[in-house]
Amino acid sequence: MKILYFAWLREKAGTAEEEVVPPAGVQTVRDLIAWLATRSPGHAAAFADLGSVRCAVNQDFAGLETPLAPGDEVAFFPPVTGG
Amino acid sequence: MARVIVQQAPFDTAAELARLTGGRTDVGGIGLFLGVVRDTAGGRPITAMTLEHYPGMTERALSAIAAEAETRWPLLGCTLIHRVGRLVPGEAIVLVATASAHRAAALDSCAFLIDWLKTKAPFWKREEFRDGGAAWVAARAEDDAAAARWLAPRRAAAE
Repeated sequence: MKILYFAWLREKAGTAEEEVVPPAGVQTVRDLIAWLATRSPGHAAAFADLGSVRCAVNQDFAGLETPLAPGDEVAFFPPVTGG
Repeated sequence: MARVIVQQAPFDTAAELARLTGGRTDVGGIGLFLGVVRDTAGGRPITAMTLEHYPGMTERALSAIAAEAETRWPLLGCTLIHRVGRLVPGEAIVLVATASAHRAAALDSCAFLIDWLKTKAPFWKREEFRDGGAAWVAARAEDDAAAARWLAPRRAAAE
């Protein structure tokens, strides 16, 4: 599974992109966040406030309960501020 | 089919408007929004702004927003260009242009596009302050409210 981080989530996690193999129990975005947050103090900081984290699965906006499959591209980022 | 571009380089607004109509004569009006980098943020002077995006998803999101506009208004042309990278105050950052037979569709669809772009397209701004430091821009409730006013556009027609 490919994980992407943008903006301050990238800075906090300390990486823009990583390839991971989550444990079998990880079935939703919420599960994935809980597991990713254990990978480093930076990851924990990135996910400390889920109210300011948005997610996309395979480049479509997704929610915390969105189910995941191996091979998915999952991106985490703050609320968007373009324009 | 909208023209959707995400690029680092400046764009040529006059050339884009000429391309939008492309010599056709059934266009009666063009709605244009040109976003420009302002030199202050919350009253604090800024020296530059850096735009980050999600290559692939950003273009898809912009195309989806443009497609939504094309279902809501009778558009004869639609151009969305958003710049990324480091920009300084005074530089153009985003171009939204819509062409239609009449002004209402052109102006309304243009307003819709920039309102939805601001809340639905993956871009993130980081501002550099003149007095030092930098910060990621937080999403604004006003932008959500502006986008929300377009959620039920056909209610009046359905009633």
